[in-house]
Amino acid sequence: MNGVHDLGGMQCMGPIHHEANEPVFHSAWEGRVYAINRALGAWHKWNLDAWRYDIELLPPPDYLRMSYYEKWLAALENRAVKYGMVTKEELASGRPTPGSARATPVFTVEMAKVVEPRITARSNDPSVAPLFQVGERVRARNINPVGHTRLPRYARGKTGNVVLDHGVFLFPDTNSQFLGEKRQHVYSVRFAARELWGEAGSPKDSVYLDMWDDYLEHTGS
Amino acid sequence: MNITRRDFLTTAAGTAGAAATPDLPHSDEPHGHDHQVVPSDPALRTKALESLLVEKGLVDQAALDALIDTFEHKVGPRNGAKVVARAWVDPNYKARLLSDAASAIAEIGLGKSAVGDHTLVLENTPKVHNLVVCTLCSCYPWTVLGLPPVWYKSTAYRSRAVIDPRGVLREFGLQLDEDVEVRVWDSTAELRYFVLPERPAGSENLTESELAELVTRDAMVGVAKVSMPAGGTKA
Repeated sequence: MNGVHDLGGMQCMGPIHHEANEPVFHSAWEGRVYAINRALGAWHKWNLDAWRYDIELLPPPDYLRMSYYEKWLAALENRAVKYGMVTKEELASGRPTPGSARATPVFTVEMAKVVEPRITARSNDPSVAPLFQVGERVRARNINPVGHTRLPRYARGKTGNVVLDHGVFLFPDTNSQFLGEKRQHVYSVRFAARELWGEAGSPKDSVYLDMWDDYLEHTGS
Repeated sequence: MNITRRDFLTTAAGTAGAAATPDLPHSDEPHGHDHQVVPSDPALRTKALESLLVEKGLVDQAALDALIDTFEHKVGPRNGAKVVARAWVDPNYKARLLSDAASAIAEIGLGKSAVGDHTLVLENTPKVHNLVVCTLCSCYPWTVLGLPPVWYKSTAYRSRAVIDPRGVLREFGLQLDEDVEVRVWDSTAELRYFVLPERPAGSENLTESELAELVTRDAMVGVAKVSMPAGGTKA
């Protein structure tokens, strides 16, 4: 989706505010939102790609106006309703519908003490063959999917070199909408800054993006 | 923070006035960020959502407390700093870190399961400077650096890091020579990058733990170099 979340290359977003001795959470509610997000993930109603897509689906003016954890909260409320965890009425009233079933908690204190990485399902499955080779010159496809994608606009149609094969990963474009894992190789692809930005780029500099097989095409060179 | 989480849970028991209290900005911090001017609304909505989910049995309050404690006190850039300092003093460790970061990070005392096998370490040299960004969201090597700072997640950083990395670095006070190659890593997949900064000149006599004290989060993201403390070389 060509949304406002796809920020790479925009120039109108103002200066970067660096805060000395920044706290992990600036307000108590931010920590609660973060923790609720992680805890609800234990129900496995969604995956990480679907989770990201929910944030991208926030209305563009909200996405740009809200703070980071405000976006998390808004997406969390939407998600809780979308996946049937709460009803809109319950969300509005803050109370469970009388007589509604109570879930059995799965997320225990003990589990929360362990900081586990998100399930990324990387593998080196030899049955999934790479379509591109390290050293190969490749082009990022000029595609404009209307759903979730991890191919930023600024790289589409640009040519680069495969520098690393990271192994096999789930394909976000389909996984985000529960349309299949479509496992395939992900590569680190180096794009020269001049290729991406023309004369604005330094001739020495480059940007490395992680690209799935489905995002690339052969250049024949 | 001047309001503790326990205070929040106690005071946000149901009245709007009490729940608004935790949104007061920190009196000892510079202000002016978006997150400093949020109305009390998010705090109220969060409290309502949490109590609803607890009543429905979907989350456990103590589990939430434990999660917050973990990210406020146990996970953070000090872990990454230990990794960097070890790499500076032990060339064999550094070689392992660059070829198999997950195993090397596990040696530091972070369990391998806490890191995953999807972390890559980028070595800065006098000729190559690496910078990490996530233009599409906020991907960050949190298992070694903790949760990302607000600036890393900001639209300003995410948009400009790829098109004007040298300008971004200047904004952080780092002017690179033209002959230094800048490599920007846009974290589009489930791979997490962090930077092994250059060991500062004059640090030859420091111990590994003294070196770790010098390593900043910003240097491990690539927006700063590691420098010796003002006052010169420690004995």
